[in-house]
Amino acid sequence: MAKIIIDRERCKGCELCTLICPQKIIVMSKSFNKKSYHPAELMNPEKCTGCAFCAMTCPDVAIEVYK
Amino acid sequence: MGVKKLMKQVFTKPKSLTDVPFTYCPGCHHGIIHRLVAEAMDDLNIAEDTIGIAPVGCAVFAYLFFECDMIVAAHGRAPAIATGIKRVKPDNIVFTYQGDGDLASIGTAEIVHAANRGEKITVIFVNNAIYGMTGGQMAPTTLEGQITQTSPYGRDSKTMGMPIRICELLSTLNSPAYIARVALTKPAYIVKAKKAIKKAFQYQLDGKGFALVEVLSTCPTSWGLSPKEANEWLNEKMIPYYPLGEFKNVEEVS
Repeated sequence: MAKIIIDRERCKGCELCTLICPQKIIVMSKSFNKKSYHPAELMNPEKCTGCAFCAMTCPDVAIEVYK
Repeated sequence: MGVKKLMKQVFTKPKSLTDVPFTYCPGCHHGIIHRLVAEAMDDLNIAEDTIGIAPVGCAVFAYLFFECDMIVAAHGRAPAIATGIKRVKPDNIVFTYQGDGDLASIGTAEIVHAANRGEKITVIFVNNAIYGMTGGQMAPTTLEGQITQTSPYGRDSKTMGMPIRICELLSTLNSPAYIARVALTKPAYIVKAKKAIKKAFQYQLDGKGFALVEVLSTCPTSWGLSPKEANEWLNEKMIPYYPLGEFKNVEEVS
């Protein structure tokens, strides 16, 4: 069981985490954050393995990983 | 809150970074490099004793993001200021954080001579093959044929020369202790980059001498590409011309 927490307001919607996720469970939200970006959000959280690739590649250090 | 009680946190923002959100464009690798430098400071427990020198360029605001003492240098002069600080305060850890316009263009003289004197400083060199902050002009590291604001028909090697490979250039000198080039487009590259940056700080702690890590970075805004396309462009175009690896390691030679 693993989980990631994405800081919506820190995210700039670059999509690098969605591309690097081996499980392809990070998607871009349809809603906007305060900076007017579409932030990343987790879909199907039960599939998360806690590999932390998303957090490693996030240029805004907006992802925390729990395992 | 329940999640935090049940699970162990395996990844979070390093302590050596402040809470200030980065001012960089979406997808820019500066943020990843900042995190790796901060993680190296955390791992070695040196943030209290570290003095960083920010460049002129996109990273000019680096002093907002690092939890250590910071100075902003005149354009390209970070190695000269780092030399002065390190000589006056040899017990402190001094690093410069410079882009390719700063280090490889206006600051070429400073970096070459700082390396040649074997100053015991750590240099983080961010190479994105373009002048990012000023709007995407051609840099000395711009690839042949690459279109920029000041090379609209692509860089022509006949009149503009070939891109400068700083790592290869500096590794011909005797003095540098550690010179490496890394990238950040894949998880494996990021792990290697972290090791190289940590080693560059460790060599300074051990008094081994000058250490430089060149990090190939994207500039999605000035390249006119999406962050995904920029990563692909870096893998396809930059890495073949700027090969990754260690160019000099004083540990392995002696």
